[in-house]
Amino acid sequence: MYPGWLWRGFALPGVVWLILLFIIPFYAVTAVAFGQVNPTLLTPEPVWNPLQWNVGWMSEALTRLRPGGDLWVVVVRTCEYVVVSVGMCIAIGYPVAYYIARHATRTKSLLLILLILPLWISYLMRMLAWVNLLAPDGYVNRFLIWSHVISTPYGWLDGRPITVIFALIYGYIPFFILPLYASLDRIDKSFLEAARDLGASPFRTFLHVTLPLSKTGILGGCVLVALPMFGDYYTPNIVSGAPTTSMVGNQIDLYFHYTSQPTIGAALTLILSFFLVVLMAYYMVTVARATKEQQA
Amino acid sequence: MTTTTPAPPRTAAPQGRPSAARRLRSWFANPWGRPRFLVLITWTYMVWAIVPVLIAVQYSFNGSRSRTIWAGFSTRWYISDPSSVINDPTLSSALQQSLKLAAADVIIATPIGVLLALGLARWRGRGSGSSNFIMLFPLVTPEIVMGVSLLLVFTNLFTFIHTGTFAQILGHVTFSISYVVVIVRGRLFSIGRQYEEAAADLGASPRVALVKVLLPLLTPAIVAGAAICFAISIDDFVISYWLSSGGNTTTVPMAIYAATRAAPLPSTNAIATILSLITLASVVLGYAGYRIFTRGERAAGQGMVGDMAAFDI
Repeated sequence: MYPGWLWRGFALPGVVWLILLFIIPFYAVTAVAFGQVNPTLLTPEPVWNPLQWNVGWMSEALTRLRPGGDLWVVVVRTCEYVVVSVGMCIAIGYPVAYYIARHATRTKSLLLILLILPLWISYLMRMLAWVNLLAPDGYVNRFLIWSHVISTPYGWLDGRPITVIFALIYGYIPFFILPLYASLDRIDKSFLEAARDLGASPFRTFLHVTLPLSKTGILGGCVLVALPMFGDYYTPNIVSGAPTTSMVGNQIDLYFHYTSQPTIGAALTLILSFFLVVLMAYYMVTVARATKEQQA
Repeated sequence: MTTTTPAPPRTAAPQGRPSAARRLRSWFANPWGRPRFLVLITWTYMVWAIVPVLIAVQYSFNGSRSRTIWAGFSTRWYISDPSSVINDPTLSSALQQSLKLAAADVIIATPIGVLLALGLARWRGRGSGSSNFIMLFPLVTPEIVMGVSLLLVFTNLFTFIHTGTFAQILGHVTFSISYVVVIVRGRLFSIGRQYEEAAADLGASPRVALVKVLLPLLTPAIVAGAAICFAISIDDFVISYWLSSGGNTTTVPMAIYAATRAAPLPSTNAIATILSLITLASVVLGYAGYRIFTRGERAAGQGMVGDMAAFDI
């Protein structure tokens, strides 16, 4: 009933916008990373033709990121922080999502609102809240002194890895719980009844029915929080600010805003993106395989 | 655990109210049956997630300069102090800049997103698959990658665009479009095509079917999409930061970031509270709009919650 060109015409402005301001900018990062640097002004000179690419800056960045290079420690640290934070997200988030999806009855709506609420409170405000609580005379130190765990205030904000990991968990865990809740809520209750009718204990039912069926939800939540964590620089900056807790994102921020070496910053951004695309592809392949298995 | 009577077989239903010891033992034997452990974790999590923010809100009303020691209720950090939200030029201009960016984002990203959703849902043929694919990328790209790439394209290729308000608006629209698309497309799939086909059978021209049938049906999703654009734009830190040219292109999240790293005053808490209230108000209004426009449809709230969940994935 509609003319054939109509929908293509509708899609056009959006597609053009995304090509101009999403695809081409990404190509600009590549062109700068594989480009030259003006020897006198030290400004980047992007090379748009792939045949003339200069691999010098890229190989410098890769050498520094490899074991033995000066940025290797940052790579290891970033991976450690992300792995620990994601692991804690699973440990805290799974029971919460499971309870809301399976057991909460009268309180379910309230719990769902409380679950979504942090997503709409500014991330920066949530970090600010903890900066206040963790200050030398903040509630956390006052409580610990009052309960005689410590005798002098602990410098939580003086470049402690534990504070950064804690802040990462606090910042991103709502994004983990929500998709996991959705996947747990979707599980067909008749599977659980079947397991019970066949004599499985609740624990076995959980282990052999619920857990496997929520695998894609867990994985989805993990990817969803791991991607922004790998690119995070503001969380470590806010709660620590010390070079001893600097992550890959901090290095990129540093090369652009503090030392004006955009070329090496662009190379790092490109390497980070490549790594994240691999992570994303792994997730998509796993989900596709799981969907096929469930349909079989 | 010191009962002298032999325990009854586990299958026997306990008579009356079981003793605390037995309740504890049955809880160990079957931790998933009575989910007290889960109740505890869930509510502890909720308290942990919300209470720190409430304390930060409380201290925005502190009577002294401290953000950690309570000195009585006062609104000085909102209106009267020289460095209050109203009097501090940095904070008040940040608030203006944030509102300006969010308004521009809603005005530009909502129509583009709605049209793109319609196009992607209905357009079959060359280019539709890859367009669908491109649309998903801004949702999963870490913001720092987007910030770096926009900064580099504005400084090296589109050099007629300088960093500052205009560049920030372009950046915000770029990451907002996909959110509008996801919400509107969800609604398109749930209403199906039967209403437009009925209109066509009754003699409506394509234009009439589109404007008089499809558009009203899409209104709730358009309202929700606009509200979410506003909320994510006003909350955004990374893109504004990378595309800012300093001075009066500082947004509220950037001001909070700068103040937190230097020496925050309760006025920082105050502006953060205002920011969060604006965000929450826009989300609540969007949700209310969705409910009002879908009144009479079954499970209307479900759809919105579903859309929100989908939008986060």
